[in-house]
Amino acid sequence: MARFTADRTILAREIIGRYPRPKSALIPLLHLAQEQDGYVAQDAMEHIAELVDVTPAEVLGTCSFYEMFKLEPVGEYLVNVCTNISCMLLGGEELLHHVEGKLGIKSGSTTPDGTFTIEDVECIAACTEAPCLQVNYRYFYKVTPEAADALIDDLRHGRRAHEVPKHGILARTRQQLPQDKRAGNAVPGIAEEPVWLRTAEA
Amino acid sequence: MTISDAAPIVSTRFSLEDGHTLDRYLATGGYEGLKAALAKSPTAVGDEVKAATLLGRGGAGFPAGTKWGFCPPGVWPRYLVVNGDESEPGTYKDRLLMEKDPHQLIEGVLIACYAIGAAQAFLYVRGEMALAQERIAQALNDAYAAGYIGKDILGSEYSVDIVLHWGAGAYIVGEETALIESLEGNRGMPRLKPPFFPAAKGLYLQPTVVNNVETLANLPWIMTNGATAFTSLGTEKAPGTRLFAVSGHVKNPGVFEVEYGVTTFRDLIYAPVYCGGIRDGNELKAFIPGGGSAPWFLPEHVDMPLDPSVVSPGGSMLGSGAIVVMDDTTDMVRACWRLVRFYARESCGKCTPCREGTSWLEKILTRLLAGEGRRGDLDLLLDVVDNISPAPFPRGASEAGGFGAVPFPYKKTTICDLGPSVGSPIVSALLHFRDEFEAYISDDVPVDVRVGQPTEVAGV
Ligand SMILES: Cc1cc2nc3c(=O)[nH]c(=O)nc-3n(C[C@H](O)[C@H](O)[C@H](O)COP(=O)(O)O)c2cc1C
Ligand code: SF4
Ligand code: FES
Repeated sequence: MARFTADRTILAREIIGRYPRPKSALIPLLHLAQEQDGYVAQDAMEHIAELVDVTPAEVLGTCSFYEMFKLEPVGEYLVNVCTNISCMLLGGEELLHHVEGKLGIKSGSTTPDGTFTIEDVECIAACTEAPCLQVNYRYFYKVTPEAADALIDDLRHGRRAHEVPKHGILARTRQQLPQDKRAGNAVPGIAEEPVWLRTAEA
Repeated sequence: MTISDAAPIVSTRFSLEDGHTLDRYLATGGYEGLKAALAKSPTAVGDEVKAATLLGRGGAGFPAGTKWGFCPPGVWPRYLVVNGDESEPGTYKDRLLMEKDPHQLIEGVLIACYAIGAAQAFLYVRGEMALAQERIAQALNDAYAAGYIGKDILGSEYSVDIVLHWGAGAYIVGEETALIESLEGNRGMPRLKPPFFPAAKGLYLQPTVVNNVETLANLPWIMTNGATAFTSLGTEKAPGTRLFAVSGHVKNPGVFEVEYGVTTFRDLIYAPVYCGGIRDGNELKAFIPGGGSAPWFLPEHVDMPLDPSVVSPGGSMLGSGAIVVMDDTTDMVRACWRLVRFYARESCGKCTPCREGTSWLEKILTRLLAGEGRRGDLDLLLDVVDNISPAPFPRGASEAGGFGAVPFPYKKTTICDLGPSVGSPIVSALLHFRDEFEAYISDDVPVDVRVGQPTEVAGV
């Protein structure tokens, strides 16, 4: 799949316009691609390269550094179980193994029907709520084996769709930067001393 | 025990259902700090923050006002970059600040940009924090519409844009120069300091201030209440309050805002108003005082106050305000392995001692846990650490071990502090719990030497 749709191309251009240099928009645009297709497709990277005026190899270079970008399709639901120290102390590894058993797959793989992918992840900043996990980056705290089973059953039957959007959709609220309200980009080599400093000194 | 009754500074809206909305924010004193700041000159605001000795809450604890002053004069534009990449093991506070009180952070950003003369700010939120991104996006949209951000803020000459940016999963991006690389659209690999101190050569090689979320969240209060009120809390060198996440084997884990220096580790771990002691009536075995990168402390250190000027000479750091408590059921080798594995996974690969060293350490510990440890492995672990962070490695004193503390920070042969951080779990666990490692070693394990058949190489 796929280059950006026409609407997304407009949005992509708008996002690029928020930065003094276009390449800064690379990560947000990769998220936009993953939101569209559920993963970052080759064509999308080529389209991004055109939009920010770098080579496709540079886009891949950045993309491949970051854990969240998937270069191949993953499950509709990405179940990320934290096994770092605070969670490990309270059963994070056991929780991971329980989820693996429930879904019949190992961490790092996807169920044959393409519904679930499991990952064993590092600290997700919910350490006081251990053991915890995320599904498509939505949090679930103090997860018992029974709660994990119920969650997976709910997800499988679409009962959590309002809470957990499909993989790729991150924030459902976007920043709007209305042109008439903007201060404008501070571009290196162009801007001078900010006016409020000048006035204060005078 | 000393339970401070000081009112909280940054967590006042945590218990409100709608603390993240503009309406509730305005109804609870919101944007008053910005107005107080705009009534002063930018220099006066900077001086006030300097007088408050607001220590950075991201890990290094450098005073914010002093850092702002490092921007070279006459070089424009300047930027502010907000570090919301919170991912240090055990750390949970910036996400709360972003989800529960995004306007407080935005107001802090506005005050900082005004003082520094930054004409554009980037708010870098960790990729995995979808709700924080949503809350901040909504808060920014509302604040723009209400005239708090953008052109001619509140009718003044002050104009600044705040752009929400978000990451995509990489611990190292929390390091400030890696954050800047990432914001430029690159792989998040740290830059060498010097010359790339952000204040001098940061984003697009322009002067850039990088501040942590919690650091900035303190600014509205400081502007409204003044530096003197701020320094009346905490200690002289570490004024104010701080958020601490206490996790692990305590009865009631949680995030608490307490006064610096007044409160001790014992208070946080044992006081009923905080964590209420160790779970199941167990005993404390060790604790990590400042996130996965901090050397571990023992029960004999619990009476230390939460004060960097005590904790650093004591051999560790308050770091990112993350206290991880381990009780006497904990397998220290396994705990050590888990943290080491984190650094091995997250090393960006730019420097050899860190890239190779962290994964060697992980492999050695893995084989130890598998019951295949060799006699020389414990020395080998320390030797590899020594190549990343030359001895003496920081450590807490130990009465049983008969040795004193080695003060923080660590030395390094690497570009950033991720490398030496791997030494913390290894040196701490080996120094204090060596017998547990030895129990994993069996003299009977033969060294696995496989003599293969000579490989035939085509054409030779
Ligand atoms: C490996 C590494 C990871 C870091 N991660 C974070 C982080 O997630 N959040 C943060 O604010 N600072 C982090 N820091 C510290 C930053 O480099 C920087 O010191 C800090 O953001 C400055 O803000 P402050 O002065 O307000 O604390 C990290 C440092 C290192 C070496
Ligand atoms: S110390 Fe490790 S993480 Fe830091 S720059 Fe070097 S290789 Fe990268
Ligand atoms: S260790 Fe699991 S969320 Fe922090």
